[in-house]
Amino acid sequence: MGGALSAAGPPQGANRAPVGGSAAAKPQASGGPASAAPSPVSDRAFRARCIALAIALVAFALLPLFLKSYGTYLCTLFCVMLMATCGLNLTVGYAGQMSLGQAAFYGIGAYIAAIALKAGVPFFVVLPVAGIACFAVGLALGFPALRVQHHYLAFATLGFNILVYLVMRNEEKITGGTYGISGIPRPSLLGFSLDGVLPFFWFTLAATVVLIAMLGWLLRSPWGRAFAALRDNPIRAESLGINITAYTLLAFAIGAACAGIAGVFFAALVQYVEPAPFHFSVSLMMLLAIIVGGSGRFFGPVIGTVVIVLLPEWLRFMQDWYLAVFGFAVVALMIWLPGGILSIPERFARARAPR
Amino acid sequence: MAELLQLIVSGAAAGAIYALAALGFTLLWQASGTINFAQGEFVMIPAFVMLFCMSAGAPLWLAFVLTCFIAMLLLGVGFKRAIVDPLIRHGVIPLVIASLGLSIGLKQLVRAGYSAQAFAFPSPFPSGQFSVGGVAVSYADVGTLVFAAMIVIALQAFLERTVTGRAMQAVAQNTDAARVLGIDVKRMVLYTFLINALLATVAALLVTPAYLAKFDMGDSLGPKAFFAAIIGGFNQTRGALLGGVLIGLLENLVGFYVSPAYKEGVALILFLAVILVRPEGLLGKAEERKV
Repeated sequence: MGGALSAAGPPQGANRAPVGGSAAAKPQASGGPASAAPSPVSDRAFRARCIALAIALVAFALLPLFLKSYGTYLCTLFCVMLMATCGLNLTVGYAGQMSLGQAAFYGIGAYIAAIALKAGVPFFVVLPVAGIACFAVGLALGFPALRVQHHYLAFATLGFNILVYLVMRNEEKITGGTYGISGIPRPSLLGFSLDGVLPFFWFTLAATVVLIAMLGWLLRSPWGRAFAALRDNPIRAESLGINITAYTLLAFAIGAACAGIAGVFFAALVQYVEPAPFHFSVSLMMLLAIIVGGSGRFFGPVIGTVVIVLLPEWLRFMQDWYLAVFGFAVVALMIWLPGGILSIPERFARARAPR
Repeated sequence: MAELLQLIVSGAAAGAIYALAALGFTLLWQASGTINFAQGEFVMIPAFVMLFCMSAGAPLWLAFVLTCFIAMLLLGVGFKRAIVDPLIRHGVIPLVIASLGLSIGLKQLVRAGYSAQAFAFPSPFPSGQFSVGGVAVSYADVGTLVFAAMIVIALQAFLERTVTGRAMQAVAQNTDAARVLGIDVKRMVLYTFLINALLATVAALLVTPAYLAKFDMGDSLGPKAFFAAIIGGFNQTRGALLGGVLIGLLENLVGFYVSPAYKEGVALILFLAVILVRPEGLLGKAEERKV
């Protein structure tokens, strides 16, 4: 499975400068003045990429046929987390903002889903409601924070996550406190029950692909290019007539909405919500996942989510040491490879290129 | 009334500890533009080092003095050389990310390599309380307040009265001008890191008896240090003090009169309120944008 996923990685490689190393990494494919627009790619290369991507996707979709139910659960969880991290990538990688509260939105989505699904509200009503609710909360939180300076959003979202966690733990009448809410039903699709592990995996995978495709479309639209423009040079973008605050706020709120949607799938996947998976340390892991994969790269979150969701399972023998190693690895990565794992091919290309 | 006064004293004592952590945070920011997300862990590590020294038989005061040196070496010089120096050229964000990684790394290192349990920590002050006009005040609260105030006064005196301290202030205000005047900027920045490590060790000594030494004790302390720094004004040393004490006081009052469950949320609410009304912080000066 590592093969399938990493095969999905490299094809989309080199178009965008990662935010992590704004000084260190420059896009090299095109000679354009700024990396606001993706570099032009020839049709053939584009087609080859699409084919590679499709093969990787099919391989991943078929993978659980060879796995036990726990393996399938992990693959589904991977998809769920991927929705949240892709949303966060919009905020971090494209709009250049630090958000440390993605798990709070993820949790809000999950609790909305838990309460509404148990009350019998149909899944396909809950999904947009959770997304819109998180979008609105994102706007309300981002507005004061983004008026000031950009690291303020990091602090505000961090505090917000702590607060949301407290609400989940303390408002027992609504959230069930530390006992949580159990017995959340899974949805059915056109009369098909999605109760089984495999059907639910395919359903989640399909939803993930749709969500990522929508984000991809958004980023290719003029609207999305404004995001990259304001990350690369906010002052220049502003002088071109882009309203920085409005765009950044929107990027943040859309990222929050993705987390809310991921939360709905999470609630339906584990059928039980409690505060722990939405602690702010989870937000840190999501943020670091993006940085590790390569922030501002379309497939950065894929690699990063493998590192935070799947690798710990393979490296079970390391137990508690995994996170310690992970933490120091992030420090080392920032020093030696600020563009993240996906920038390795570029690094080699640059090292080999004649001066 | 007596109740309120008691809450104010113990709130101010808690706030004084936040203020110490916030002060180090602000000094680092002023001198080197470093935002240290591992500030909470910078308090947690000295607590464990002190415990280790004490388990080796050292009395508390000796453990504290030894830890001051170890912290200056590891969290001062080590942090600057190994992480800040290579990253500072790349701007704020890579350094923030690295300090997030460091925060996770240190926390999990203690958890995996030492223990995930909470350890009792001896108080440097006598237990019990005395009564002043019907108000019961604990020795620990008064001791914390006095000790923190002494540290802050000493630090202020150092910054205002000594040549080195004034040179450090010059670096914080305008690095280039300071360099032109012949100030050894690198050395002054290093001093700032050492002071931050010392302040964190003092905060550890004062906070751990109440919080217990645990690998994740920095989780609630770290964010409060940032919030205190911003509420008071990120570019003002006095701001960190005001912010810290304000958070400590309000937390105690909210915890008692409103709901103990939401005590931890007070800092965030105060932070959001302040940045809506006065983005530069209560005592801060608005910064002009550098193009």
